[in-house]
Amino acid sequence: MTDVTRMNLIQAINNGLDTAMAADEKVICLGEDIGKFGGVFRATSNLQEKYGRPRCFNTPLTEQGIAGFAIGLAAQGSVAVAEIQFADYIFPAFDQIVNEAAKFRYRSGDEFNCGGLTIRAPYGGGIDGALYHSQSPEAYFCHTPGLKVVIPSNAYQAKGLLLAAIRDPDPVIFFEPKAIYRASVGDVPNSDYELELGVAEIVQVGTDITLLGWGAQMIQIGKAAELAAAEGISCEVIDLRTLLPWDRDTVVESVKKTGRLLVSHEAPLTGGFAGEIAASIQERCFLSLEAPITRVTGIDTPFPLIQEKQYLPDHLKIYEAIKSSLAY
Amino acid sequence: MTVKSPPTVAPVFDDGSTVQIPTLRILQADGTLISGAQTPELAKELAHKIYRDMVYTRILDERMVGAQRQGRLSFYLTCTGEEASVAGTVAAFKQDDMIMGQYREQVALRFRGFSTEQFMNQLFSNAKDLGKGRQMPVHYGSRDLHFMTIRSPLATQIPQAAGYAYGQKLAGNNACTLCYFGDGAASEGDFHAGLNMAAVLKSPVVFVARNNGYAISTLSSEQYAGNGIAARGLGYGIKTIRVDGNDILAVYAAAIAARNIAVQEQRPVLIETMSYRLGAHSTSDDPSGYRSAEEEDEWRQKDPIIRMKNWLINQTWWDESRDEDLHKNYRKEILEELKLAEKCPKPPLSDLITDVYQDTPAHLLEQFESLEKHVAKYPDSYKVHGENS
Repeated sequence: MTDVTRMNLIQAINNGLDTAMAADEKVICLGEDIGKFGGVFRATSNLQEKYGRPRCFNTPLTEQGIAGFAIGLAAQGSVAVAEIQFADYIFPAFDQIVNEAAKFRYRSGDEFNCGGLTIRAPYGGGIDGALYHSQSPEAYFCHTPGLKVVIPSNAYQAKGLLLAAIRDPDPVIFFEPKAIYRASVGDVPNSDYELELGVAEIVQVGTDITLLGWGAQMIQIGKAAELAAAEGISCEVIDLRTLLPWDRDTVVESVKKTGRLLVSHEAPLTGGFAGEIAASIQERCFLSLEAPITRVTGIDTPFPLIQEKQYLPDHLKIYEAIKSSLAY
Repeated sequence: MTVKSPPTVAPVFDDGSTVQIPTLRILQADGTLISGAQTPELAKELAHKIYRDMVYTRILDERMVGAQRQGRLSFYLTCTGEEASVAGTVAAFKQDDMIMGQYREQVALRFRGFSTEQFMNQLFSNAKDLGKGRQMPVHYGSRDLHFMTIRSPLATQIPQAAGYAYGQKLAGNNACTLCYFGDGAASEGDFHAGLNMAAVLKSPVVFVARNNGYAISTLSSEQYAGNGIAARGLGYGIKTIRVDGNDILAVYAAAIAARNIAVQEQRPVLIETMSYRLGAHSTSDDPSGYRSAEEEDEWRQKDPIIRMKNWLINQTWWDESRDEDLHKNYRKEILEELKLAEKCPKPPLSDLITDVYQDTPAHLLEQFESLEKHVAKYPDSYKVHGENS
């Protein structure tokens, strides 16, 4: 038997859920169409068959109900893994997540908690999904103390971060980059492993500029770094992996070395998480900065359909921003 | 596909008004039984406990409304008028059944064993408050007593109760969840989400809708057009009963049966208790602006505590002199504990950042360090509210 299996990101999610359910009978998966059908993206394929309907079941079509039900399950001592079919549809559950899950431990003085809760949701553009199948709502949740927000960018991370999220003692919002569910393929250990939350990954070491992102955006950042390398620009590439709490120290260390920072995300510019990162980094790296911190993001519109390509912060926009920063 | 429906050739519309939902009543105002009514099996000792806890809650509420008016605490909410709806239900459940309430069910917490000192510690946000002084008064909670901490948003506990009960079902320990809310909260989306999920997923949860006629100032007639909250239970396929919420025997009889259904059949139940909020919504409200004194007087005649007392006396289980002693002793105890709780120190500043997460993350520790330094620099400007020193 080999130690690793080549799989794509969605298979790694499925494998992570399978691993978690096999290891702990308290783990329960719930959501719309996740039962026999295995979810619209197949994240829960075969789980109902393997672990039975009581532990992997369809819910009625009610996001606030799914979130509330999962919070109750977690408070009872179960380990609830709820799927919201698209991150765009998480907003009916916003009150349950922000006012309930995030504050459960705090408001009770630790008499109660719902730390066993993980909410998974596919997010992001690139699939011709228009306004309501493309959004990146991570910043809303990063503004909420009590939550953790995690976004993997490849199959290996997907399994390791998901297992860590499921077992984390606090509620976790786990956004999955659906655009690369199948495109991202890699070797994934068959074993049960966790990647620590709150720790960024230095994907590529460089000296001239730090490029920071998460999720599917790491593909665009990687391509831009290649274009820049052809012109002799050495990029340090960091994958944040956890947005709340985020690994500031790793980014600070990198920016002190390179003197430049570019942050890229698909979500709109204003109020996006890049703004928070830029503010924190300028406080700590002010004297090391050779150029203003650059943000390459979506523009401040609803997510478009026919102009999706123009809207998205792709590798060319990042490449141009790298050159501007170097020329500053 | 799963709807049972015979074919018809006539386009007839139905608004449910032909469906009758009767109201269970056993006791009359004078404490005698309605003819033909059956009393539930209720031992003398338990009847005494229920009655004492209702009286206790009434006195606690009167005392704390007074304390709020004196400026001794910021806010308060009473259970007044609805004690039987809550005491009669909680008494039918086991000690380890989870209670998930709204905020007007302090008699349930008292029934479980919450002490006067514990009530006062929460109300005065002092260092002994189990909630560490984080929430407004009346947001009680106790893990030991299986009473989920109260939160301000309405109806959020309803889908959570469905989930909690589902977990109890998988654990297989024959426990269930008792979930309270009001007629106003039943307009929230979470009510519909929660009842539907509980019904579809067969959660052993008993929902108690306290229909007290008002949501702050909004009358039931401005809250819903259908046949109360009970009609919605039928719509979701939930076994439903409506009871006179001021009739302790009717409420208790319904609750005993409801718990049996929930645990034995592993499915949800809805009880709608018809009652009246005799007091204001909260100490921030004045009902004279939206309802008449005559209306209130009419409901005072139906006071659930007096009705139970009359029944107890008819049973020769109680008398007026014991009643006077009970009132006197509770008043004394509450006043004494109130004074002690007021003087108790407030929680330390360090409690500001604990329990946001299980382990406090670095960025929060850093923010706190900066805050601490600032507060230390201007100590006079950051005295804790209500702290004597």
